[in-house]
Amino acid sequence: MSLIQNLKLVHLPKSKTSNYSHLLLSVFVLLVAIFCLAPVLWQLLTSLKVNADISAVPNVYIPKRYTLAHYTELFTRRPFLNYIFNSALVSITSTVLCLALGAPAAYALARLRIWGEQVILAGVLIVTLFPYILLFLGLLQVVQALHLGNNYLALIIPYTAINLPLTILVMRSFFQQLPRDLEDAAKVDGYNIQQILLQIVLPMTVPALVTTGILAFIFAWNEFIFALTFITRESLKTIPVATAQLGSSSVFEIPYGAIAAATVLGTSPLVLLVLLFQRRIVQGLTAGAVKG
Amino acid sequence: MANLELRNLNKTYSSKVVPVKDISLKVDEGEFLTLLGPSGCGKSTTLRLIAGLEQPTRGQIWIGERNVTDLRSGDRNIAMVFQSYALYPHMTVAENIASSLKLRHLSKLEIRQRVTDVATKLGLEELTQRKPSQLSGGQRQRVALARALVRQPDVFLLDEPLSNLDALLRERVRAELKQLFKAQNTPVVYVTHDQTEAMTLSSKVAVLYNGNLQQLDPPQRIYTHPANRFVASFVGSPQMNLFVLSCRDNAAWLGNFPIPVPLPTVPPQIVLGIRPENVCLARAEDTHTIQGQIYLVESLGMQNLLSVRVQGAPELTIRALLPAAWQWSDDIVKLTLSPQSLHWFDAATGDRLF
Amino acid sequence: MQLDKIQKREQLTGWMLTLPALLLLLLVFAYPIGQAFWLSLFTKNLATQLQPVYSGWNNYVRMVFDGRFWETMQNTTIFTCVSVFLELLLGMGIALVLNQSFPGRGIVRTIAILPWALPTALMALAWAWIFNDQYGVWNDILQRLGLIHTEINWLGEPSLAMMAAIAAEVWKTTPFISILLLAGLQSIPVELYEAHALDGANPWQSFWRITLPLLMPQILIALLFRFAQAFGVFDLVLVMTGGGPAGATETVSLYIYAMVMRYLDFGYGAALIVVTFLLLVAAVAIVSFLLSKARNSKF
Repeated sequence: MSLIQNLKLVHLPKSKTSNYSHLLLSVFVLLVAIFCLAPVLWQLLTSLKVNADISAVPNVYIPKRYTLAHYTELFTRRPFLNYIFNSALVSITSTVLCLALGAPAAYALARLRIWGEQVILAGVLIVTLFPYILLFLGLLQVVQALHLGNNYLALIIPYTAINLPLTILVMRSFFQQLPRDLEDAAKVDGYNIQQILLQIVLPMTVPALVTTGILAFIFAWNEFIFALTFITRESLKTIPVATAQLGSSSVFEIPYGAIAAATVLGTSPLVLLVLLFQRRIVQGLTAGAVKG
Repeated sequence: MANLELRNLNKTYSSKVVPVKDISLKVDEGEFLTLLGPSGCGKSTTLRLIAGLEQPTRGQIWIGERNVTDLRSGDRNIAMVFQSYALYPHMTVAENIASSLKLRHLSKLEIRQRVTDVATKLGLEELTQRKPSQLSGGQRQRVALARALVRQPDVFLLDEPLSNLDALLRERVRAELKQLFKAQNTPVVYVTHDQTEAMTLSSKVAVLYNGNLQQLDPPQRIYTHPANRFVASFVGSPQMNLFVLSCRDNAAWLGNFPIPVPLPTVPPQIVLGIRPENVCLARAEDTHTIQGQIYLVESLGMQNLLSVRVQGAPELTIRALLPAAWQWSDDIVKLTLSPQSLHWFDAATGDRLF
Repeated sequence: MQLDKIQKREQLTGWMLTLPALLLLLLVFAYPIGQAFWLSLFTKNLATQLQPVYSGWNNYVRMVFDGRFWETMQNTTIFTCVSVFLELLLGMGIALVLNQSFPGRGIVRTIAILPWALPTALMALAWAWIFNDQYGVWNDILQRLGLIHTEINWLGEPSLAMMAAIAAEVWKTTPFISILLLAGLQSIPVELYEAHALDGANPWQSFWRITLPLLMPQILIALLFRFAQAFGVFDLVLVMTGGGPAGATETVSLYIYAMVMRYLDFGYGAALIVVTFLLLVAAVAIVSFLLSKARNSKF
């Protein structure tokens, strides 16, 4: 029933907007917004409640007291600044590396007629589907062999790699849309290939690099299993792992408030990115997926 | 100053895709050559071969005394104007124009001098600090021209440079182009599918079809003496009437009407061509007359375009351009085909016979 | 055909630009999988003092009789199928809503991709808190609505825990599907609907005859991605339930992880990886086959 009503709206977007379908649409929109936001907002609210309100039964929805104690606890009693730094360092470095390696490859795959192009593309497409659990055992052995355990590189290298397929696909679809004439004009003008790439193509590529970079950053920031496996030293842990282990760290009482505060901290950079770059994220995701 | 010569140029991508089969031609200093043809005829590929953006499979390209076939584009000293203009979006107009000069390590002073000169010549003085995105289509087109002119190259290449302008502007820029390149004593190769551009601009037209050169002549001669059936049908608007006719008694029979064939030996079949503007209302003294039934009159303003079914061959339609003032009362009309404007082509090969 | 100079130059540049990325991809993707294939033929665990001892197909034979493996396989299949199915329904609904024009659409679209962008591990904590038996807001809401009278231990009951995990997964990844489907919806020309309406079709018919067929490629792509990702689900379940209660939510990936990291049985872990990999490849092959068929039938 609801689907049918919904379709009516799809069908005649403007002509027959009766009050009834208007109202219905508003209800649906509201439901979508609540569905997507509620868990995040609840966590935010929890992080600002005092402990008594957190463990109150029935639940307190509009607390009378608010506190930042859970946040200060993260920074005073636990090395959360450290975790944030680790996450940021690893994510940013791997994002930059990924763009530096992936964009040239994408350019070559989009523009230059290289041998084996189809095979490479098929390979890139397939590995985007690999769950990381399939890789962690082999990577663990690489990490051990190279003595990279408890080293930022143990995360930076795999993060760069797991974001490469998406980067190559998104950037390739961007390069394909770029008018070829510009590069031809540059050749006629006398630019050599390095100059074309750096002086002509790169300046036009900045928006696409930003789009791809945001996606890569999100994936790197959110990664869990490698961070859990390759990093055991407390001072090197990333936010998701450190937060997940908050609950199991104290035997007697689970620090719900601290966990909520840590969740909010760990998600806020991403919330910010989504708010600022919603359109780019959508473009990048669809470009990356639909090309497949 | 130097001329441009193509010798037996061929570009083969695969056994099925051969955009340029065998093209030889020469463009002298100060000559304006247009490559004319429908899309897919090989004209753009030929231009890209000259520019060095593609490598010919066979054949050579000479600029003056230099064989440039194996040179990189940048080393050929050619300038090219692209259909999309291909202005670097992140550079200002001045930087766009100066880019090739900078790569040649000219002195700052000379670069500035040459950029100013060309910008003045094209009326771009006020725009030099703008980015391409802040320009109108016509302005972008002029920047693209300026970027080519500033090079003082050995050869100019232009790839449909007018096709992105609206109709009104196109006519004006066409006239400007003609003036501009008249002053340059350099070979120009111009690609277009628009016959008006080809006719008005060029000193020579090369009609291409299927990767082969069909005819290389001054525009007027292309029009009056098309070398084959393809050229006859491609050049001219409205299109030339072309009929495949059987011959008897030294004449080709258009329906019930014999048209004398001016050849020593008359083949059993022949192609007759006549342009609609050469089909007139018959006067009493005319000899080559035919009769038919009008079934369509299209008004073109200055003239009416008549479609007439020829008597004795209702499957044949002849089209005639008649003055708009002409009034008709009857459906039946008598027309004359003036003998000196008839074109005869071989029915099998399509080559011009007379 | 002989390559000409321009092509040769392109080849060389092309390879120079591609090679670094390619090598890294081989190291991080191809090597671990290859390594797993090799190691799966060895026994390497505490009994062999972590030295690899060749044991042929032993690991695979062991898997056949490993009840826990089959249970995790079953859990994973249920988890994957149910959540992907629900995501597809919900994602389609959300995409249809977001495709309408209404004031504040930009903001709602932004909100609608938020769950996808947030770290799974952290949101798993949030959902565990929502489903908390004593203080959880879900129990509170249900009690206030009068639907239940005593608190339910969502994460403590086997079947309920699976439902809770699926709910969290659906919440987290539905946005991915709605993004793809919305892009697909936007690419369908309005004229098609108008023409169909002129032909006398009602909206319900247009949905089945225009929207759905034209959306098929996007639907299949979404299915492909989501299927592969859900099959390898790890952080969500690990953080929310740890695979419990009593292994009711233990997925294959959790089992693999435990086999390697807790029991230090590398050889058997590798064999589990190989089998999971092959199953996934088979599933992906089927979906891509359907995908290429759907694409071809369009033209």
